[in-house]
Amino acid sequence: MMLPCREVMRKVSQGEDRSLAFGERVALRLHFAICRGCRNASAQLKFLRRAVRRLSE
Amino acid sequence: MAEDFKTQVEKLRPYLLRYAQLQLRSAEAAEDAVQEALVAALAGASGFAGRSNLRTWLTGILKHKIVDAIRKSSRELQPLPGEDDAAEFDTLFDERGHWSQAPDAWEHPEGALEQKQFLAALEKCLAGLPARTAQAFMMREHLGLETAEICKELAITSTHCWVMLYRARMALRLCLQESWFK
Repeated sequence: MMLPCREVMRKVSQGEDRSLAFGERVALRLHFAICRGCRNASAQLKFLRRAVRRLSE
Repeated sequence: MAEDFKTQVEKLRPYLLRYAQLQLRSAEAAEDAVQEALVAALAGASGFAGRSNLRTWLTGILKHKIVDAIRKSSRELQPLPGEDDAAEFDTLFDERGHWSQAPDAWEHPEGALEQKQFLAALEKCLAGLPARTAQAFMMREHLGLETAEICKELAITSTHCWVMLYRARMALRLCLQESWFK
């Protein structure tokens, strides 16, 4: 069963704030394997953390 | 020796002010937090004892003062209608929950981090977020607090917290997409 992209993005964001369960991580990996849009958007959400840290440097 | 310590602390004031201003939207509140942190630092100078980097130590004290300020002001920051639900970004997705338009990769995001104009664009995007959403996001990413602590200070549930952080990230991604990576 495939997660829809909308749910994937919510989980990617939550993954920045809590440890995802094993099943959640597997579901994300399966999804990323076939969805370039979510791979791109996920990398962009994670990039925000590095970008914000640069603001005070 | 004591005088030297005070001078070193004062030298870091601009950095600390900048640090506080990123979290507290009011310049006055940021000034106050820095002032309180410096007073506490000078009073507790013996606690520093050169064990760690002075800037790191002062930033740690300042973080506590910033959280105090957030706690005091959190009653004034009521969420805007709809600020606590994630429906807004649902227009990015079709009825089956797939991207209406799949996001493209950004070109040279690491290079952007080295550019002052990019950081200015990011600050502009942050300023465009609803106040409470921005506050929660910066508590997480700038102060580096855990979600549990953010929920406690803002008196919201963890689910609500995750939704606000999700909204902040999705909004910032869209804003940077439009203003920088287009």
